[in-house]
Amino acid sequence: MVNRRTPVAVAAAFTLLATAAACAPQDSDEPATGVSAGACVKDSLSTVTAGKLTIATDEPAYEPWFADNDPANGKGFESAVAYAIAAELGYDNADVVWTRVKFDNAIAPGEKTFDFDINQFSITDQRKQAVDFSSPYYQVRQTVIALKSSKIAGATSLADLAGAKLGAQVGTTSYKAITDVIKPSAEPLVYNSNDDAKKALQNGQIDGLVVDLPTAFYITAAELEDGVIVGQVPQVGDDAEQFGLVLDKGSALTGCVSGAVDALRTDGTLGELETEWLADVAGARELS
Amino acid sequence: MPLLECRGLRKQFGGNVVLNGLDLDVSEHEVVALIGASGSGKSTLLRCVNLLEEIDDGMISLDGEEISDPRVDPDTVRRRIGMVFQSYNLFPHLSVLENITLAPRRVHRRERAETERQARELLDRVGLADKADAYPDRLSGGQQQRVAIVRALANSPRLMLLDEVTSALDPELVGEVLTMIRDLKADGMTMVLATHEMGFARDVADRICFLDGGRVIEQGPPAQVLGDPIEARTRQFLHRIIEAGRL
Amino acid sequence: MTLLDHTPSEVQRRRQTYRRRQTVRSVLIAAASTAVLGTLLVVAVTGAPGWDRVRESFLDPGVAREYLPDILKGLWLNLRLLVFCAAGALLLGLIIAILRTLRGPVFFPVRALATGYTYTFRGLPLIIVLYLLTLGVPGLRLQGMPSVLVLGGLALVLTYGGYLAEVFRAGIESVHPSQWAAARSLGLTYRQAMRHVILPQAVRRVAPPLLNDVVALQKDVGLVSLAGPIDAVRAAQIATAETFNYTPYIVAGALFVLLAIPLIAVTDWVTLRAARRQSGG
Repeated sequence: MVNRRTPVAVAAAFTLLATAAACAPQDSDEPATGVSAGACVKDSLSTVTAGKLTIATDEPAYEPWFADNDPANGKGFESAVAYAIAAELGYDNADVVWTRVKFDNAIAPGEKTFDFDINQFSITDQRKQAVDFSSPYYQVRQTVIALKSSKIAGATSLADLAGAKLGAQVGTTSYKAITDVIKPSAEPLVYNSNDDAKKALQNGQIDGLVVDLPTAFYITAAELEDGVIVGQVPQVGDDAEQFGLVLDKGSALTGCVSGAVDALRTDGTLGELETEWLADVAGARELS
Repeated sequence: MPLLECRGLRKQFGGNVVLNGLDLDVSEHEVVALIGASGSGKSTLLRCVNLLEEIDDGMISLDGEEISDPRVDPDTVRRRIGMVFQSYNLFPHLSVLENITLAPRRVHRRERAETERQARELLDRVGLADKADAYPDRLSGGQQQRVAIVRALANSPRLMLLDEVTSALDPELVGEVLTMIRDLKADGMTMVLATHEMGFARDVADRICFLDGGRVIEQGPPAQVLGDPIEARTRQFLHRIIEAGRL
Repeated sequence: MTLLDHTPSEVQRRRQTYRRRQTVRSVLIAAASTAVLGTLLVVAVTGAPGWDRVRESFLDPGVAREYLPDILKGLWLNLRLLVFCAAGALLLGLIIAILRTLRGPVFFPVRALATGYTYTFRGLPLIIVLYLLTLGVPGLRLQGMPSVLVLGGLALVLTYGGYLAEVFRAGIESVHPSQWAAARSLGLTYRQAMRHVILPQAVRRVAPPLLNDVVALQKDVGLVSLAGPIDAVRAAQIATAETFNYTPYIVAGALFVLLAIPLIAVTDWVTLRAARRQSGG
């Protein structure tokens, strides 16, 4: 028997649907209009917080890019570069506010809670679809590290790594270096963070770990008792892998921040900071 | 020598004394009916004899051997005693045949084929042969109770204890169970039964014991205990029974 | 006279006709309202302004096709782990439950240990147990250290074993004490009674919550991936990191649901069968 309340129920359902449809996702932002060079100073920049520059990095912030997991102390290559860029844009050290964002979240599409993020992000075409990158501030090489006792400690070529169990952090270009360049026969092991990966290396659960060159130097010199650098992974293609700052897609600040990076490169500041913080980072063997 | 001897049995649950120095003897081939009000200790007595409950004081012996001795293994004693309960206690996950053959196979370690043959014979004798492969939930209450009795008999016990086995049955099903008990008596089985069925007690029992306050107040042949009791309390109890139309 | 011999009276035939007509009307109305509602839903969702972006981001067939093999490969790991961990956890849970129900003072330390185990592992977050066993313990460099998968599986067995032990114990204690009485009265020993009478009934009674926990386990086995191995979710994560498209997660999710369906169907069938046999009295 038809319930007398049925028409009411149908009407209610329709109303609910209409409401739901009305809550549509936001329309995409309009592309940012270029900002003229003269306007790249503190008061004319539309930052997250007016008058402050919000810079993001990971938790924990690793050496030699930062020191003591405290980005605000200005020590470490990336911390120093960040403050140099801030100064270039007219911000005092006191105007810089640090925030922590996980590696994966920073390069994923979506609104950002920072003005720019500095966290060893390699510039790739795919990531460019999701976020903006500044001009590159550092050229990076992927490197294989291992324990002295590892079976690949003495490897000199990619062929020597064919039977190795290699590990890397998820979603990184280090992981891609394993799958696209080294191509060992065993599936790589993937970790949530480099801390977990380092532990696995110490435990002997992986034969080698792939990280960028400066991180490789730091880990083998300061963190692992018997760690060695096996060698740098060959670059694929003509473009060298570069680190860039990450900004929100279509951010109004991209032009200015890139300009700041370029200025620091031209006047030699980037080179000086490299020498100061990444001095021992040269001369690792190349894997053929 | 009596088959079963109970001397000065005492059993207490919390602050409640249920058996209070109870004495009882049962001879071989004798059928003894226990009557009395709820809480008079009938069920408790049977459970103590079967070593399901530990007595607080007193002594029980079976075939001259003291079974209330803590050094005695209760499992071996229980193999010589068959007990049937008010709520049927058939194992619902096993068929009728499996219910009956479980103990002979596991306890007495007999071959399955032989135990099944014997089980079917027993079922046939009580008219339940066609139910051998059925599950308990398919049987009526009376049929389940008869299977429970057959199951207890499969162990070839020396003594059968029946604890109000008809109390939970619909009236029209009571008869078939009582008939079976009568047949058991004709076969010479020694039985102690707790019951509310006074008429049946009168027909089948050799001796009726009236329990009150945890002791046997009066015992004797049915004609005497039910017809002309000596004790006042027995008279009171019977009076109430008659009023309720149960005698 | 059987039921078939009976010819319905005039009154009964009128009643049957009326009921038949009502049934047809109900079915037609149900079909019509379903069609209307369904159409409304489809129109409303696909017509919403953000729908295209949602579809691109979550339901891209190209991305799904490209990464399906990797996700399936990861799912195979989930499946293998599930079989071993479920078996292990069920066995461990059953043993612990039986140990907890042992009576007598001589068994006190056993009961205490078993109780301690269930308290500990029901309280400990699974992630902690996983980290400790897969990344922590191998650091001790003991002889014959098992592989990461074995250690991870052990973490799952220990944690889920605690839950399953309590489910089993509830099952054992839910069997009516008269079943114990009947079993012991037949001369069965404690062990025989437990094995042939109590446990079969207990397990049948708690089959539904047990299978429920196994379905939950099916999802948690993927957490082993934090120690390196690539399971279905990790494969989806890697795919998403490369493409910034969330379709791989949808694909992995759909596969998990499909995997759970047979298990859930078995649960329902077992529950039905158990209900039929239920007879405590």
